[in-house]
Amino acid sequence: MSSSSGYLASSPSLDPSPTAGAVLEVDDLHVEFRTREGVVSAVNGISYTVDQGETLAILGESGSGKSVSAQAIMGILDSPPAVITGGGINFQGRDILAMTEEEQRQIRGPGIAMIFQDALSALNPVYSVGFQIGEMFRAHRGASRKDAKKQAIELMDRVRIPAAARRVNDYPHQFSGGMRQRVMIAMALALDPRILIADEPTTALDVTVQAQVMDLLKDLQRDTGMGLILITHDLGVVNEVADRVAVMYAGRIVETGTVDDVFTRPSMPYTVGLMNSIPQVDAKGGRLKPIVGQPPNLSRIPSGCPFHPRCPLARTGPAALPDRDCVSDLPPLRVVTVGREAACHYAEEVLDA
Amino acid sequence: MTDQQQEDLRHDLVEAGTTTGLAAPSVDVTSDRQNSLWSDAWAQLRRNPLFWIGAFLGVFFLVMALAPSVFARGADPRACALTNSKLPPSSAHWMGFDQQGCDYLANVVYGARTSLTIGVLSVIGVLVLGVIVGAIAGYYGGFTDSLLARITDIFFALPLILGALILLRVGPSTNIPILNTRGPGAVAVALAAFGWMTAMRLVRSQVIAVKSSDYVAAARAMGASNLRILTRHILPNAVAPVLVFATITVGVLIAAEATLTYLGVGLQRPAISWGLQISSGQSLLRTAPHLVLFPSIILSLTVMAFIMLGDALRDALDPRQRS
Amino acid sequence: MGRYVARRLLLTIPVLIGASFLIFAMVYALPGDPIRALAGDRPLSAAVEAQLKAQFHLNDPLLVQYGKYVGNLTHLDLGTDFHQRPVLEIITNRLPVTAKLTLVAVLLEAAIGLTAGVLAGIRRNGYFDNVVLVSTTLIISIPILVLAFVSQYVFGLKFGWFPIAGIQQGWYSYLLPGLVLASGSLAYVARLTRTSIAENMRADYVRTARAKGLPNRTVIIRHTLRNSLIPVITFIGADVGALLGGAIVTEAVFNIPGIGRAVFDAVRGQEGAVVVGIVTLMVFFFIFFNLVVDVLYAVLDPRIRYD
Repeated sequence: MSSSSGYLASSPSLDPSPTAGAVLEVDDLHVEFRTREGVVSAVNGISYTVDQGETLAILGESGSGKSVSAQAIMGILDSPPAVITGGGINFQGRDILAMTEEEQRQIRGPGIAMIFQDALSALNPVYSVGFQIGEMFRAHRGASRKDAKKQAIELMDRVRIPAAARRVNDYPHQFSGGMRQRVMIAMALALDPRILIADEPTTALDVTVQAQVMDLLKDLQRDTGMGLILITHDLGVVNEVADRVAVMYAGRIVETGTVDDVFTRPSMPYTVGLMNSIPQVDAKGGRLKPIVGQPPNLSRIPSGCPFHPRCPLARTGPAALPDRDCVSDLPPLRVVTVGREAACHYAEEVLDA
Repeated sequence: MTDQQQEDLRHDLVEAGTTTGLAAPSVDVTSDRQNSLWSDAWAQLRRNPLFWIGAFLGVFFLVMALAPSVFARGADPRACALTNSKLPPSSAHWMGFDQQGCDYLANVVYGARTSLTIGVLSVIGVLVLGVIVGAIAGYYGGFTDSLLARITDIFFALPLILGALILLRVGPSTNIPILNTRGPGAVAVALAAFGWMTAMRLVRSQVIAVKSSDYVAAARAMGASNLRILTRHILPNAVAPVLVFATITVGVLIAAEATLTYLGVGLQRPAISWGLQISSGQSLLRTAPHLVLFPSIILSLTVMAFIMLGDALRDALDPRQRS
Repeated sequence: MGRYVARRLLLTIPVLIGASFLIFAMVYALPGDPIRALAGDRPLSAAVEAQLKAQFHLNDPLLVQYGKYVGNLTHLDLGTDFHQRPVLEIITNRLPVTAKLTLVAVLLEAAIGLTAGVLAGIRRNGYFDNVVLVSTTLIISIPILVLAFVSQYVFGLKFGWFPIAGIQQGWYSYLLPGLVLASGSLAYVARLTRTSIAENMRADYVRTARAKGLPNRTVIIRHTLRNSLIPVITFIGADVGALLGGAIVTEAVFNIPGIGRAVFDAVRGQEGAVVVGIVTLMVFFFIFFNLVVDVLYAVLDPRIRYD
């Protein structure tokens, strides 16, 4: 696997505070699911870093491995069937995968926190929201039940839940979707995490509520300086809040760069396809151009470039350059121009097109 | 629908399914052949040892019921000699002799026919009652439904054994056909009369679920009659849960028959029944425990066959339970 | 909540009346000849027979008989048996015995069933899980009749650990019959717990609890068990009602003088008043505990609100 994390760490990224180093560093991570039907390669060597105060968007279709990699970082993969088969995850310079179970647990919450897509199922239906938020203080700081509740109310205020003191004893099902997601956010932020992973935080919400929740996340990030990993397949959200973006396909990162670069001049045909599928206001009456074909079956990932069966530019046989046959040679993630990496044999041509 | 449309639809479903189980890798549902419920179920069943044990036992006892003389090793269950009374098992007579000196293996083997007959008959009764009442209640709803649901509640509150016990006790002194015979038919009727409620609720809930679905609305829009909708669209959907229920219930009702017979209200001598054998062996438990033991074992194995089959079927037919 | 309970209570009345009428009809409308049964083989003078028939209202139409029965119920008169013993007295004598048996059974069911289910569910597909799976299949498959005999023979007769029959040794005599009575429910509780836990372990909120960095023990006890046990506890609650009415076989085999034994004797002797009285009581228990469970459910699961 030739993808390297060295590039990203040393890249002239749009880091708001140049003195801060990478808080989180994922290095050549591999995750497999070993099921009765066979081995599913969900994550196949991804690397990225997240700096303090930075927002990295991980973009991809369902099944591209974006959620699985996040859960690997959190240490909450269901295993079995999931197995981390290689790579490292460094948090503030220490390899999480080498830690004991207990050390890992102590990082979840104060170090790295996560919010999930569907807050209704992600919150326990039989406990009040105040109790569930307060658990963070009780488990990590030994706070008393009463104290935890007080701090829960403060947090609920902070995420702008109206009448927090009155609603603290309500149950998740008594809240609206947007308010529930705020509860999730309050819970995740309870201990001032250095990294927040937001796994499709707005997918389940109405469009207007989506904007409110994203605004809240942005504000909170500015206040706390935490790094944010935003997992999504919503290109609009990425465009609005992310600094950098990593596009995933079939368990690999296929393109990275700043949001501006990647969105305006993609250098990988899959990213091109994604961008073409955004409805354009000015292209009224035109047809959207979907990416043809289906996402790959992760237990039978195509040879060579995993995207080649769907790629309009795939070259094979005599048409291909030596060692760059899209059907047989796996393209490494490589620097294309300054600040850009792509996993495509013909990235330069895509970029210039 | 064109293939492309179908693919798009499936893709949407996959996309929509991401709300839960984020960690579950999508093993590309879309490109794989869409298996039907039944072929999926069969694939699952084949791997389940419980199914094979249940199926083997079930077939074994079925054959025993059909051709008991083969299993009785030529002995006649009614050819008895008092000199053999209570003899323990030997190599010539595997299960020994009962108090009357009858070959016990032959008696136990011939009991299979009685038990299976009653089990199957009473389940048919249960299904007929359950499907009719359940389909009517679910389909018509409103007052009909409330009334039938209340009646079902009433029966549900009565324990099966107790209800059947009373009915069988008063049965012989009535002039109601079948019920006054003290025969297998009477037992089956009594069991069905107090055992149909679960089937009714199953069918009713299935009917209600399917009734409100779009394809039934479509069928109605195209002018299909009530009866046609009920028989063509709604009932087939209830087949899977009802099949599971029926299989398990055969076992439960075979046990219930033995219990009623043991309690003295089921089959009467000279019928050959495991319940009767256990009942008359009870007083000889100290001197000839094999007289209780053998019919008990065979009875349990028969019940087990159906319960295992039903369990395996449920696991196979209910995708939610798959791990 | 209060309104819901009140409405449910009202709904139980027709069921109770319906069930008691059903029993009443079976016992009285399809009579053998209880008078003859009482007399046995002795010849009975026509005068005595007529007097007995009048006393038990056997000449009235069914509905009138039932009406009189319900009328008497209102001042707790459940009638008498053929020996002029009040049915209420029979019940008050016998009920404590069955109540004890049920209590023992439910405690065993909860203790053993829950423990086995929890251990199996947490380590799914482990060794213990398979043991639980196989043994519950066996227990569920063995008719209670057979189980009663086998345990009576093995533990009572062969090993002598328990009394074979009767209740002469106080609570200890209830242990074996209680276990037999509970066996089916016990196996069911174990399985229900197991599936419920296994299902909950995959729930999103359990993953959230892990992501929150809660200690493993808290994740399992607070976020898995608490949720998983809701259906189990409600099942056990409802089962109390079922067990109170389901002890006929157990009480018959172990010769325990409870209401199950009483109703069985009454059915055999065609003691109509006793049968109707006791069965109605059993139905009442069944409905009552189901209602209790519905209320309990709302307490345990805040999503359920009846109003």
